[in-house]
Amino acid sequence: MDQQTHPGRKRGLTAIDGALALIALLLIVQMWLLTATLESYLAGHHEVVLPAAIISGLMSLVSVGLYLFVRRIDAEARVRREPMKPNESR
Amino acid sequence: MKLFKRSFRMGARNVREPLWRDEFSIYTADERYVSRRQFTKFLVLTSLGMFAGNVWILVRAAFSKTPTFSEKFICRASDVPVGGVQLFRFPTENDPCILIRPEEDTFVAYSQKCTHLSCAVFYSPEKKRLECPCHEGYFSVRNGAVLQGPPPRPLPRVLLERRGEEIIAVGMELRGET
Repeated sequence: MDQQTHPGRKRGLTAIDGALALIALLLIVQMWLLTATLESYLAGHHEVVLPAAIISGLMSLVSVGLYLFVRRIDAEARVRREPMKPNESR
Repeated sequence: MKLFKRSFRMGARNVREPLWRDEFSIYTADERYVSRRQFTKFLVLTSLGMFAGNVWILVRAAFSKTPTFSEKFICRASDVPVGGVQLFRFPTENDPCILIRPEEDTFVAYSQKCTHLSCAVFYSPEKKRLECPCHEGYFSVRNGAVLQGPPPRPLPRVLLERRGEEIIAVGMELRGET
């Protein structure tokens, strides 16, 4: 079957696109959170700084997790595609 | 420097593959994967940068001390006519402030830096408000609250004391969102 239309490869690309969209969404929220936190800090509201940092850290962790997921899908797709060498065994 | 990695293939033992193959595949179809993976990496690094920014604010907040202000003589009450202003600097020489006398017995003072982009605000006696000429932000002369425009916060207020004829600045009051 052609490399481009292999169902496994298509599924992999769809999964990566989904993860990418989620990471982009989290990043937009983080940008808003950072600007809002800075505004509040400059306005003298120091009580919001700690929760904002924790939430931002959690979102970064989720992003890193999604990145690892993307790497795994990528590696699996490479395995699926590469032909076996004569001296290798499955 | 690590140039090889262990093979991911099931059953293939001790097969070393060069790392560059991950980025420069000989298969055209792999380019989609590579570009997406690299873009994902960029987004995640940006996300970690946002987190670092939040941590930086947290550290600043944790180590910030409550400022102490030393009293400063501004002027005599008779030096400022009704509707007039007197410029001064408080608490340091880098902090321009404005003293206003909107009524006979009323004195108010604010930081002269607009809370939007730090342009110098001035007093409009006709409209009885402080105006920022840069982006038309207006502040109430009564309490420094934002009346209109892009400023996100009220003007910091200078706490005043009147001792006979003398007007003394004794502190600053930061205020939150309007």
